[in-house]
Amino acid sequence: MTMRKEIFTPEKKQQIYRLLLYGGAVIVSVWILAPIALIALAALSTPRDLYDIHKVLPTSFTLDHMYKLLFVLGAWQALINSILVALLTIGLSFLLGLPAGYALSRFIFPGRDTLKLLVLTTRMFPVMILAIPLTVLYIQLGLSDTLVGVALAHTSMVLPFVILITSSIFASVPVEYEEAAMIFGLSHAKAFLKVTLPLALPGLAASAIFTFIMSWNEVFVAAILTFTNRTLPAHILTTALASPDYFKFAAGLIMTIPAMIFVFIARKYLVTMWGITLR
Amino acid sequence: MSKPPLGVRIQRFLPYFLFAPALSYIMVLVGYPLIQAVQLAFTDPSTGAFSSVNFQTLFNDPHFWDALRNTFLLALIVIPIQVFLALIIALLINTRFKGHNTLLYIVTLPLTISDVAAGLIWYSILAPRGFLNKFLINVHIISKPIYFFGYAFRHMEFLALVATEVWRATAIVFVIIFAGLQMISRDYLEAAEVFGATFRQKLRYIILPLLKPSLQAALLIRTLFALQIFGVVWILAGRDIPVLAGEAYYWQTDVRNYHVASAYAIIIALISIIISFIYITTLKPHYARRE
Repeated sequence: MTMRKEIFTPEKKQQIYRLLLYGGAVIVSVWILAPIALIALAALSTPRDLYDIHKVLPTSFTLDHMYKLLFVLGAWQALINSILVALLTIGLSFLLGLPAGYALSRFIFPGRDTLKLLVLTTRMFPVMILAIPLTVLYIQLGLSDTLVGVALAHTSMVLPFVILITSSIFASVPVEYEEAAMIFGLSHAKAFLKVTLPLALPGLAASAIFTFIMSWNEVFVAAILTFTNRTLPAHILTTALASPDYFKFAAGLIMTIPAMIFVFIARKYLVTMWGITLR
Repeated sequence: MSKPPLGVRIQRFLPYFLFAPALSYIMVLVGYPLIQAVQLAFTDPSTGAFSSVNFQTLFNDPHFWDALRNTFLLALIVIPIQVFLALIIALLINTRFKGHNTLLYIVTLPLTISDVAAGLIWYSILAPRGFLNKFLINVHIISKPIYFFGYAFRHMEFLALVATEVWRATAIVFVIIFAGLQMISRDYLEAAEVFGATFRQKLRYIILPLLKPSLQAALLIRTLFALQIFGVVWILAGRDIPVLAGEAYYWQTDVRNYHVASAYAIIIALISIIISFIYITTLKPHYARRE
């Protein structure tokens, strides 16, 4: 081994390392957070400040644009629609996906791999190919321009994810607990309800939030399947281009807030959850 | 041989019973649209006969070729930047410095922000009277605003799309890479340190090879999403910069021609399938190979 003359002493090196580390962390944080802070400023600033070229950051604020966007331009109703669609989607996809996820995690049965592969492939299909033909079917079924119609389409979009997430959540609850409960005389269904389900509940709640966000953010399907009963993203997408800037900014802020609150609540689980579903 | 008891027989069918609702839903609300899409795309709207007329319409439309080019170009520019940034951020957070949990939360925030909202957020920065222009004018770097939007400025519009997509969707790549990074045993890295490996050597010979499956997954997912890019483009550029999903939306809602819209959907699906296949066959991890 050759001796190399070190340019920096170990302490100096440690200092530079720390500087790089925290410098990088600060730059990344600013890059992510600044745009969110700026849309909030833009949404709440008065038009005078907004259009004043010499005022980089606004100093006078108003809730006027948020109020008008929500209650005059129909965003409030769209927001309610979005929540209804998301809740319906959660209900439906869990009703269907939870048992399937449980079956995948707890049983080894002929055809299991095929079913899993089917679920994985379904996840890969672009939403366009699911949504466009549905318009034709919905006209026949009387579902066009209804929130139920959108929720049905969103369910087929999120169902594969719900199956995969719930199966990995159930897999993380030791099967021995369930077996012990059955040895003590509980039926399989009771053992599931009294032992496995409570233990899986935090994870399931987080995956419900994950589902909520997927539905809340989806725009293509919602915009194609509705004309008057718009969800919030669809409403904004179809009206924003003709609106003045301050309404666009208010819309951006309104769409961003709820999802951020949800992530804050479920942040512990969400990162792992996205890790699971996207693998 | 006697029949197994009733409980066991029920038990044997239980998984199928549990899977049946989800499976039938997928059959109806995924299977049906798939078949219907193919049928719509290959039917002549005027006669109802089997025909390739919709694809001819599509291939003769210059917008289609623009859309194809733009969709790929966006993916080719955006995805490498995202993978590079996500890898750096994941390595940064994986050092477990004090406060890494806060950074983890901040970095994953855009996961919840929709593409429409992200478009509006970046519009507030890049608009003619947006924060960027106001800032640059007030520090006297420029005297007139830089225009990012409008048909005449569509090269700048493209840049705005890249900035928005990198900001919004790097988080997805990050989450996958970070999950993979956490699974790499510390023992390997410590062993390398004992033998005096530099950071670059550890990255080159330990971290990157072990991260290959995660990188593959991240690339595949991001590419599939990139092929469906719609909301950001529609809100920031409209049809100034045609993309495949945007054209599908246009034919569906403005022209009201479900047949051509379905043809677009099928082309997006076909490209997705081909790309998945290429990724899966060429980027397969070689665990067995030793050098």
